[in-house]
Amino acid sequence: MPFGRKPKEFPDHLWTKCPNCGEMLFNKQLARNQNVCTKCEHHFRLGARERIEALVDKGTFIEQDTALSSGDPLTFTDSKPYPERIAAAQAKSGEKDAAIAGSTSIGGNPVELVVMDFEFMGGSMGSVVGEKITRAAERAFIERRALVIVSASGGARMQEGTLALMQMGKIVSALARLDEAGVPFVSVITDPTTGGVLASYASLGDLIVAEPGALIRFSGERVTSGTVGEKLPIGFGRSEFLLEKGFLDQIVPRAQLRDRLAFFLTAFRAGSQDMQWSL
Amino acid sequence: MEPLVVSMLDRIVGTKKLEANGHLPLDADLITDSAQLASRGSAWEAVQAARNIKRPHTLDLITRIFDRFQELHGDRGFRDDAAIVGGIAELEGRPVVVVGEQKGASTEENIQRNFGMPHPEGYRKAIRLYRLAEKFHLPLITFVDTPGAYPGPEGEERGQAEAIARAIFTMTRLETPIVVVILGEGGSGGALALAIGDVVLALQNAIYSVISPEGSAAILWRSPAEAERAAKAMRLAGPDLLDLGVVDALIPEPPGGAHADHEATAKAVKTALVAQLAKLERVSVADLLSSRYERFRAFGAYADPGAGTAPPPATHWWSRLPKMLGIDRP
Repeated sequence: MPFGRKPKEFPDHLWTKCPNCGEMLFNKQLARNQNVCTKCEHHFRLGARERIEALVDKGTFIEQDTALSSGDPLTFTDSKPYPERIAAAQAKSGEKDAAIAGSTSIGGNPVELVVMDFEFMGGSMGSVVGEKITRAAERAFIERRALVIVSASGGARMQEGTLALMQMGKIVSALARLDEAGVPFVSVITDPTTGGVLASYASLGDLIVAEPGALIRFSGERVTSGTVGEKLPIGFGRSEFLLEKGFLDQIVPRAQLRDRLAFFLTAFRAGSQDMQWSL
Repeated sequence: MEPLVVSMLDRIVGTKKLEANGHLPLDADLITDSAQLASRGSAWEAVQAARNIKRPHTLDLITRIFDRFQELHGDRGFRDDAAIVGGIAELEGRPVVVVGEQKGASTEENIQRNFGMPHPEGYRKAIRLYRLAEKFHLPLITFVDTPGAYPGPEGEERGQAEAIARAIFTMTRLETPIVVVILGEGGSGGALALAIGDVVLALQNAIYSVISPEGSAAILWRSPAEAERAAKAMRLAGPDLLDLGVVDALIPEPPGGAHADHEATAKAVKTALVAQLAKLERVSVADLLSSRYERFRAFGAYADPGAGTAPPPATHWWSRLPKMLGIDRP
């Protein structure tokens, strides 16, 4: 159409279309808004590094266990050997595995923080994720610092078989000890959190908060639909549904998450200090 | 190549500790090393055997192993889930709490038992019975036999994930000895909710996996027909579980498999239970809990080549200004 008006172009590397409201969002602006749509507040997924940046007090994050990387206990091969999948994911993301752990502070409260990254093999939990979280829980236990875990995961990592399943037992053991010691653990659930991650630590926080619209479900869509042979209602297994059913304390928009965590952690800390004074 | 820390191979840490304390070793009737087995059989054969409808299920064994069994019902919140049974029983005169997942031996019974797939209220009933065992200092015995927790929408609505997580959580610190026996299928989280113990045993042909072979095939091979290949790759059969340290020992099945002779299977399970409990009951609760912690703490295959602490990111020079001027402290 030589005389027609040229259609407006939205190159992918500059613009992202909001799947909820259809608004074209300028990528830089989207990033500045922590990956939340400026028009409808749809929460896009957020990378682990960006998440840490947004949550912690500036300059306080000391990353822990940076060198941990996965073995191949089953010498597992599907269409590709497991070590190749790991190497590809590492090359693509620049991370060693699907979780980043560190010691930091949030609103002045000392915290052991673990953030999962869905971009790394679907945030799946294998030995490395299990070990990082367990070590973080153990550091929290020894130093009596609060533990915060931000989950985003498809569940246990199939390529590690039952050892991935055992990570659930390992992590939960450490959390149970933390619980007995009276150290707070706050679970933050983000889109999507399913399977073995939801069926272990993500569901065991003293407080459990989720981002708006996050998919939070024990079984995947296909498994559930396949079992009941019908389509599930819209919004089934999303944050709002879980809040209504009583499995979340709150839904917290991303922009408020840091302040909200700081409020809770400060309250817990004040409480435990009172107790020390009275003893 | 970096050295690989395969700490899970240092298996049955808990049991080893007990042995070091002067207790009996695992008894001779059990298979503690896969090299003891004449033949391993294929993974798919194990899957078929574990799912055989004629295989002895939880109640078949309970009635044969225990002198008396009084079933207890309900989660005190929603309803009684028939896919999990539990109660108080006597093992050679010693009262114990037994909890197990229950499959049916016919289609009709399977519909009533929901094919051994518990709902959240089933796990909450189990938690109630775990607490009961702890309160009255009764050893806990669990039987695992499930394709997995029920994945339907009712389960989601009532918190399937939370119920499983809470069951695992409860078992990790339960102040009483726990012996777990995997009878047939150990299907993922739905199995783990009954499978945190001081000793974890499995029948020789039992399987234990993070996802069903069909599920794994559908996701990784994009075809459920590849289940046989997936089963092999997942290393879910008894000898594999021994090699990985996921189970401490296998209970040998009678010739032809457990389904061929329920009596003999029950006898073998009973012998194993009596021997394990005799050992565990001599251990203090504090030692039990710390070895249980160590048992699960040891699982994992990863490389950890270095100290692994990254320095905090450099902050802007003006944030260091108060320190430079000596006014950072009040």
